[in-house]
Amino acid sequence: MEGQIGDLEVEKHVQYILSVEKRKDNFESVVMEHLRMNGAYWGLTTLDLLGKLDMVDEDEIISWVMECQHESGGFGGNVGHDPHILYTLSAVQVLALFDKLNVLDIDKVSNYIAGLQNEDGSFSGDMWGEIDTRFSYIAICSLSLLQRLDKINVEKAVNYIVSCKNLDGGFGCTPGAESHAGQIFCCVSALALTGSLHHVDKDLLGWWLCERQVKSGALNGRPEKLPDVCYSWWVLSSLIMIDRAHWIDKEKLIKFILDCQDKENGGISDRPDDAVDVFHTYFGVAGLAHLEYPGLKAVDPAYALPVDVVNRIFFSR
Amino acid sequence: MHGRPRKAPKPEDAAASAAKAEKLRALQSQLLHNHHNQIYTKEALEISAKLLEANPESYTAWNYRKLAVEHNLSHSESDPDTVKSIFSEELRVVENSLKQNFKSYGAWHHRKWVLSKGHSSVDHELQLLDRFQRADSRNFHAWNYRRFIAALKGIPDEEELKYTTKLIETNFSNYSAWHNRSVLLSHLLQNKVKGFFPKEKVLVEEYEFVHQALFTDPDDQSGWFYHLWLLDQTVKPETPLLVSTWPAHGSDIIVSAEGCLDGRALSPFTSFHSDAGTFPLILYFNEAVEGVNSSTVTVKSVFTENKDLVWKPLATSKSCAAQAWVTHLNVPDVKLHPSTAYPIEVNLGDSQGIISLSGSHCSHPSRFAFTVCVQPLSSKHAERQSVEMILWRDVNFHFYDAHVQESSPIAYFDRLSIKKDHEPAASKWHAKTLVNEIALVRQLLSEIDCKIGKLTLARLLMAHDAMVSYMAPHSHKKVHSEEVLQLYSDLMELDPMHSQYYKEAQSLVLLQQVTSNRESLLKHCCHHRVSTSSSVGNSVCLRLNNLSLSRIGCVEQLLWVQMLDLSHNELRSIDGLEAMQLLSFLNLSHNKLSSFTALEPLRLLKLLKVLDISYNEIGAHPVDTRRYLCSSPLSHTVGSDWNFNEFVPDDAKVTNYWEAFAIFRGFNLTQLDIVGNAITDEKFKSFLIKVLPTLKWVDGEELH
Repeated sequence: MEGQIGDLEVEKHVQYILSVEKRKDNFESVVMEHLRMNGAYWGLTTLDLLGKLDMVDEDEIISWVMECQHESGGFGGNVGHDPHILYTLSAVQVLALFDKLNVLDIDKVSNYIAGLQNEDGSFSGDMWGEIDTRFSYIAICSLSLLQRLDKINVEKAVNYIVSCKNLDGGFGCTPGAESHAGQIFCCVSALALTGSLHHVDKDLLGWWLCERQVKSGALNGRPEKLPDVCYSWWVLSSLIMIDRAHWIDKEKLIKFILDCQDKENGGISDRPDDAVDVFHTYFGVAGLAHLEYPGLKAVDPAYALPVDVVNRIFFSR
Repeated sequence: MHGRPRKAPKPEDAAASAAKAEKLRALQSQLLHNHHNQIYTKEALEISAKLLEANPESYTAWNYRKLAVEHNLSHSESDPDTVKSIFSEELRVVENSLKQNFKSYGAWHHRKWVLSKGHSSVDHELQLLDRFQRADSRNFHAWNYRRFIAALKGIPDEEELKYTTKLIETNFSNYSAWHNRSVLLSHLLQNKVKGFFPKEKVLVEEYEFVHQALFTDPDDQSGWFYHLWLLDQTVKPETPLLVSTWPAHGSDIIVSAEGCLDGRALSPFTSFHSDAGTFPLILYFNEAVEGVNSSTVTVKSVFTENKDLVWKPLATSKSCAAQAWVTHLNVPDVKLHPSTAYPIEVNLGDSQGIISLSGSHCSHPSRFAFTVCVQPLSSKHAERQSVEMILWRDVNFHFYDAHVQESSPIAYFDRLSIKKDHEPAASKWHAKTLVNEIALVRQLLSEIDCKIGKLTLARLLMAHDAMVSYMAPHSHKKVHSEEVLQLYSDLMELDPMHSQYYKEAQSLVLLQQVTSNRESLLKHCCHHRVSTSSSVGNSVCLRLNNLSLSRIGCVEQLLWVQMLDLSHNELRSIDGLEAMQLLSFLNLSHNKLSSFTALEPLRLLKLLKVLDISYNEIGAHPVDTRRYLCSSPLSHTVGSDWNFNEFVPDDAKVTNYWEAFAIFRGFNLTQLDIVGNAITDEKFKSFLIKVLPTLKWVDGEELH
């Protein structure tokens, strides 16, 4: 029908996610085995946003999550894989969804994360020392959820992130690195969670971000690159946190995301008619939630969890 | 995960996929087994190499290889050839993995790890990087690795700059190269490296360079973003500057506790009514600064000792930096002579200490002086303490009678802005460059209708106007406002997806027009008079209603405002209002405020008594875009006085209530209008009344 926005195939996407959880034998699943913890976070958060978290076996998932914890306190991407800060955040987020953060030895996990902060305030991903502002965000986000932010030097962490600010208002992964929407999301979120958004030139960055919207209504990640549904999250969350989300055309973006659905088999892909995966399914649905698409729970732009999950942690008596 | 076409699975595909999966799974389990059992034989290493070539993202395998290297090194008796071959084998594995996925974080980090051990050829790395750049000039992994190698080898910035020149000359649409150029040039300029001083010479060359890009491919964004950076370097003052104060230089302020002053028509800009026995002193800078305190700012007055003054940044965050700063001077309780104009002098910039966020010091001394006359309360007035309800109806507003002159109080308008005679005039080069750029962009636009070109022209014209008004403050004529407003209207049609952005820019231009000279400003000033009362409140209201404003600006011209009507606009945020410290009466009804958190700036307005936020959109949106721009537990910015739980009724919807609590606690409002918002119901109203014990009227009803 002319003018109608189109439908979100909720049931199909739920079935798709449940099938991904079970399917372990095709090539795609094996190739992603090492990041199953991330996959669990993407799939389960999507289910929660769609109001269908009760369709999974909570106990089974939680015991698998805990099996992925290493003696150092960090979590690996799957059972037997080395610990890394990336999967530690996903583990914390998954437990938060189920309101089961109390199964953790909170200090043990927090100490693992805090131990990854370097002298200059930056964070390494693991003991091998790769530094990236993604890890700054992950450390701040997970420690906030665990309410142990005081275990790190927040001022230095913020200063390091600010040192990664570029002349176009954006942020890169290390000082001097080019602005990229994913890194911008990480840096802006980290600054948001530490009450430090005054370091962001909101007009300059807001304009750079809104210029990610191309003629089709989709968003790309940096100038002159191809659009991708996942930027509906990175760019949009960043715009929301600095209150410039109204600088893009929301209707057109909604239409683009809906066009990326596989309406027969469920799931959302990076671009229309490409293969779907749970990563893009999450970012598409979360993006729609940010765009106030009806029937979806609100999602917190910095914690990347449903707002009711976040409120439960920070506002319950 | 990206860019693979969607296709229906065919049975033969499923079988092939399952076979591949089997092989990969076998490699992974073997790798994990070897890793957990610390097996580092040649065969075991082969397995990990095979795994990483097939799946470079299997990060545990990279960790395993590092452990294997460390193990094998400690067993190799440091024979240099063996050591070298161990590391070159690692580089070989990385290169093969990068062929599979040239964006693998694990692969690039492994390479860095190897190189930092110091046994590998850096020159070889530069050749490798060249190949990657040619394959994909936007690969940021390669650029980051290049930066790492340049640092390792000590390649000077000038060399790397030449590299970006080479790349850009090959292809103008290389945002990554332009970005790196801006980083390198910033360093070279900042460090005043030989050949890169003076700054003006370098900028001229850069302008010429970027012009080629703009004319070759005007629709490519890369050049335009770089041009914007050059523009910023051209117009932004080197050091922070004081642009406005309240009281203004040369003004005569009357501080009184009652509105009744025997019918004298006073200038709205210079009279101030205070019940608190203090009055504010506001400093407004061109950018956010830190370090404003009684050592860096000296206030000479009979009212207060300078060293006792406490300066606060007017920032809606826990930041120590702000564009506007305020302190309060006490009016002493002693019987002062009522007609005496006491002089006050303020000096700043003599000593270092006030610095911008980017680290430049406010180094130009500024001085301003004004007088204060204290009007004591007469006993008659003291009795009539009653506060009256404000009705924002048109019938209660009367245009300011500009003919009633009272020793030309209006003349003070010109002195709202700081005298700039201490400041050496902005170099002619800056103004000339702007004029050149304007001409160039106009020329380009005559050949092609280019959205970003139009936007650049609008920005250039506004920058030019700002520079002119700075250099010649008394010629307030804004020559380009009309043209700029038209440009933004064109842009809204040319690029409707970003129309809200252009609309906000238009609001700022409009406000500039309104505040740029006294005639236009006075058109928006009205007396507010409640007709039933015989006593005349001398409230003067600035009425900026019904102007389609989607944004507030030019606050530096409005520091004197005590009563403000912004109703019937399209405001989503009120950022900027926090500097208007005299504000006591504020009307924000019929706007687009969608959350209480948007009202955070009001928390800094200690004199605010009357607030109308009726007919907005509070409670109508599930998404709160101000959530992290206000103090809350979510961003760890509340103090120990956060006693939210004491105020919330048991079955309340937590979300909405905490936001209202965060904003309103500690306010001394006497009147609040809130009807017409989705959130308002009786339960919510009673919650608000608990949080605001000083309220006398809510939605027009008197409370008891």
